[in-house]
Amino acid sequence: MNEIQELYQQVILDHNKNPRNYGEIADATNIAEGHNPLCGDHIKITAIIENDIIKDLKFKGSGCAISKASASIMSTLVIGKTVEEAKKLFDVFHKIVTSDIRDRIETIELGKMAVFAGVREYPARVKCASLSWHTLMQALDKAQKDSTKVSTEIILN
Amino acid sequence: MNNLIEKIRSDFPTLNVKVHGKKLIYLDNAATTHKPFIVINTLDNFYKLHNSNVHRGVHHLSQIATNLYENSREKVREFINARHFEEIIFTKGATESINLIAYSYGRYFLNEGDEIIISHMEHHSNIVPWQLLCKEKKLKLRIIPIDDDGNLILEEYYKLLNEKTKIVSIVHISNTLGTINPIDKIIEEAKKYNAITIIDASQSIQHIPIDVQKLNCDFLVFSGHKIYGPTGTGILYGKKEILEEMPPYQSGGDMIKSVSFDRTIFNDLPYKFEAGTPNIAGFVGLSAAIDYINNYGFDYISNYENQLLEYATRKLTAIENLKIIGNSSKKASVISFVINNIHPHDIGTLLDNEGIALRTGQHCTEPIMRRYNIPATSRVSLCFYNTIDEINVLYNEIIKIINIFN
Repeated sequence: MNEIQELYQQVILDHNKNPRNYGEIADATNIAEGHNPLCGDHIKITAIIENDIIKDLKFKGSGCAISKASASIMSTLVIGKTVEEAKKLFDVFHKIVTSDIRDRIETIELGKMAVFAGVREYPARVKCASLSWHTLMQALDKAQKDSTKVSTEIILN
Repeated sequence: MNNLIEKIRSDFPTLNVKVHGKKLIYLDNAATTHKPFIVINTLDNFYKLHNSNVHRGVHHLSQIATNLYENSREKVREFINARHFEEIIFTKGATESINLIAYSYGRYFLNEGDEIIISHMEHHSNIVPWQLLCKEKKLKLRIIPIDDDGNLILEEYYKLLNEKTKIVSIVHISNTLGTINPIDKIIEEAKKYNAITIIDASQSIQHIPIDVQKLNCDFLVFSGHKIYGPTGTGILYGKKEILEEMPPYQSGGDMIKSVSFDRTIFNDLPYKFEAGTPNIAGFVGLSAAIDYINNYGFDYISNYENQLLEYATRKLTAIENLKIIGNSSKKASVISFVINNIHPHDIGTLLDNEGIALRTGQHCTEPIMRRYNIPATSRVSLCFYNTIDEINVLYNEIIKIINIFN
């Protein structure tokens, strides 16, 4: 598999075409919006967090295949997890897209996120893959401070 | 490919660069153009043989550097047919040129309640300086709307004009839509209200001849790197009588006649607006770039680029699910497009893998994206070293990408 095929592999194309958990939760406890002005990508995450557990999560927005697939895969990974577990997943994801860690990290931990390893060959695209995760982190951070409905917006430059 | 186009291509060394093992197909000329050997060699020679500061010493090299630098100013004057040598101010780019007008002219001459007119298709560099000025001086920014094809709606422009209109600042050719705006009419109408007119020629200077006296605009700006010259070279043309009334923009060395702790006497035009050591080598290189363009002439360049535009438009239009954004009947060789369900960044990355360089994103024109309700576009911008063959490769690769995504 060459670099471009690794970037646009079937899993990513599939999640782009049929994104999981796409939409908006009307009675969400946590809302965060992310925006990447460089490419115009926009994402809105709505989630229900109860007792520190992500009960449900949906995302909506426009973006490239990489950012859409990333959000879609992220949603499948974090639903049912605790806030702390989701943050750990973010750390793993961050390492995958920014450094060559394939040799060092257990493949079992990489799981579905391994498909994003190809992104690091394309520095301009790292932000596309990261937008949904950064947006999720914003929502989760707020969640720990209080239990009221929160809404926040981040801008990735 | 005929002999002339082969000859032209051989003048540009970067066109031989391999990208991901493929031959480079450079379709991002609206962002910046490549540089011909004559420009590269001029820069090289300047630093090897003539390097010195300008307007300073009595020594030999300083004199040569000054002559080369000032000859470049004369070359630019002739290129845009300005009346006076002093009307050509060297800046670092079109952006700085617009900022200079906003800060010097705008701050000094505009008052609360005055109005500035721009259009919906401006580059951010012709929006943000005016927004800042409007906030500071409590002015009003008025926007000429555009229609679905990407034309300015002139009737709306005429309605916006009134006695409070002090500045009309308009892009000549849109860097995103390719539209060639009817700036002669726009300038003529603005004059009826004694408004100052500014033309952003960043995307026209490389495609069509410009005559500032015929246009009768008060200011015109462009960047040297978009006409095959070095980066960091910008031009501000301004009518002498207006420039003379304007206060300095930046201050320091070279822009003064005399300095004491009690008072400073500013230098004459154009030096009043050129504080500090300028991009000397860059402007000497720009002079070579203008020579290069003049050697072929705009009759040839415009005609050839129009053929490319027509061919590329026809090919791209034939692709199902591809929509061109900007369909004015008067266009330069800039084509923005969107494809259903495929984001421009994916298109850009996949084309790059085949050696094709084009711009994807918002092209510093976010309001245009909102106007057409799209997140971004892919943009092909062609110039006279591009070929029909390159457009054919682009076409084939776009078809492949559509197949990958379906």
